[in-house]
Amino acid sequence: MADHAVVAEDEVDLSRRKFLTRATIATGAVGAAFAAVPFIESWSPSERARAQGAPVELDLSKLDAGQMTTVVWRRSPIYVVRRTPEMVGRISGHDAELKDPKSQYSEQPTYAQNTQRSRTDEFLVLIGTCTHLGCLPKQRFSQGELYPSWPGGFFCPCHGSRFDLAGRVFNGSPASVNLRVPRYSYPSPRTLVVGVDEKGTA
Amino acid sequence: MAVKTATGAPAPLPAGTTAPAKKGFWAWLNRRMPIEEFLATQVTGYYAPKNFNIWYFFGSLAGLVLVLQLLSGIYLTMFYKVGEVSSFDSVEYIMREVDYGWLIRYLHSTGASAFFIVVYLHMYRALLYGSYRAPRELLWLLGMCVYLALMAEAFMGYVLPWGNMSFWGAQVIVNLFGTIPGIGPGLVEWIRGDYGIADATLNRFFAMHVALLPLALLLLVALHLVALRQTGSNNPDGIEIKEKLGPDGHPLDGVPFHPYYTVKDVVGVGVFAVLFAIVVFFVPTLGGLFLESPNFEPANPLSTPEHIAPAWYFTPYYAILRAVPNQRLGALLMLLAVSAFFFLPWLDRSPVRSMRYKGWMSRTALTLFTVSFLALCYLGLQPAEGLYVALARIFTAIYFLFFLLMPFYTRLDPVKPVPERVTYHAH
Repeated sequence: MADHAVVAEDEVDLSRRKFLTRATIATGAVGAAFAAVPFIESWSPSERARAQGAPVELDLSKLDAGQMTTVVWRRSPIYVVRRTPEMVGRISGHDAELKDPKSQYSEQPTYAQNTQRSRTDEFLVLIGTCTHLGCLPKQRFSQGELYPSWPGGFFCPCHGSRFDLAGRVFNGSPASVNLRVPRYSYPSPRTLVVGVDEKGTA
Repeated sequence: MAVKTATGAPAPLPAGTTAPAKKGFWAWLNRRMPIEEFLATQVTGYYAPKNFNIWYFFGSLAGLVLVLQLLSGIYLTMFYKVGEVSSFDSVEYIMREVDYGWLIRYLHSTGASAFFIVVYLHMYRALLYGSYRAPRELLWLLGMCVYLALMAEAFMGYVLPWGNMSFWGAQVIVNLFGTIPGIGPGLVEWIRGDYGIADATLNRFFAMHVALLPLALLLLVALHLVALRQTGSNNPDGIEIKEKLGPDGHPLDGVPFHPYYTVKDVVGVGVFAVLFAIVVFFVPTLGGLFLESPNFEPANPLSTPEHIAPAWYFTPYYAILRAVPNQRLGALLMLLAVSAFFFLPWLDRSPVRSMRYKGWMSRTALTLFTVSFLALCYLGLQPAEGLYVALARIFTAIYFLFFLLMPFYTRLDPVKPVPERVTYHAH
């Protein structure tokens, strides 16, 4: 009653079987990797989030000298400060007290990697979240406001990080790098656009 | 078919099995599913060491809290509305307008802290008695995976009420991924699904918290139990009861899990329930430890709470993060502090398992580690300034030395002789 074929042990091509098993597994793995792509991609910012993250415009003529305003770009507060020549003067002279005076380890576009950390001396544009743990530093622009030798700048109430009027971090702060500078440009002398520059949109 | 003896009476069945029922619904059921066999081998026929002490309550209590969290969590999803604009209000709705909503929510929030208390004590038991040692390495690793899944579950659950601490806690923790060189910033954006912590983040955390992670937790707990059944429980003496079998084939120092330990565990459940109820009904926030006051304000991306601290069960690691002046290094140390536990089975080179027979070196090391862990837990709740940071650095060093020096002090340690049989005094 042997209607079903029995393959003798020596007739089995084991190396062929092994090859086919491996090839099947490899093909399946490649398929699984491709199938995972849409699921992983779905977590990226959606079209709506990207549209809402478009560059924002600010009319600078409404900002008085010595004042700061905040615009929200990509859910982060952007600090825009219109520095007076006197305030610009207070940026230099304390390089020895700074962790990264030349902004070598900090995040900013190349046009802001200078002492003023800005395109022009007058306007300072910063991402207003502390580089320590993301709190919002407060403005303490007056000279001596925190302590007698304080040259004016920003103070983070959470963990006490201090930054100067160019957003550069002082020694002794828990933050280790300067406040970040976003991409920005001036389509006209009195208009600021945050999120876009010559190199394109962030 | 039962084997007949010369007298015609059925022969005694092999140990660990019970006679299959012959007729009726129970028999019908058992012919189709091995219920009786399962109970006989895993419950009444599972022999656990007879010298378990108070430290052995926490495994079953963790199981109880898991059930409580699943049940209260399912009920919360019936009223909670996920979304940037609806989350906070729906939690307030649960608290004020849903009948007994406050109770269901406080059960869930207190359950989260209770989960960590029993899991930490359960893990500490393993440190005391060497339960992570061979042949129980995999049991320990699976337990650690449960712990990691639980941390992810707790963190994402904490974000859901969308209070201000939820928001800023998420901000700080998600930003930690940004410290990974190269892929960091892109990874953070991918996790958030937006350029900041946003509706998209909240929505996916909800999905993870109520579906993916609970399923993972259940699977890991099941595997943890399967591994436990394979090796059997360790005990306070750290000796293998399977090496001394009686004539019936069962360990001489073992007793059936049911009824002996089921009944004992019920006592543990009773005591736990009393303490749990006291917190739920009288001090549900436990002075800001179980529920932090800034979380009673809605999330505000433009206003940080005075002082950001995670829930107490994460503060030892948070204290380590803040103790390091370099943020990237701090994040790395924090990761190492959690993962160090995974290596315990291979770091401990002592010839004995249990602290009862280890010498002064291991005992001192564990004491210092315990003090450090508790101190870091306290320091993580304090502002990161002055003396607090200095202390956090000292305790961080001790924390890591406990692991790094373990291969050395466990080998040099003058150990005591281990008894043949477990230490047990009849009551």
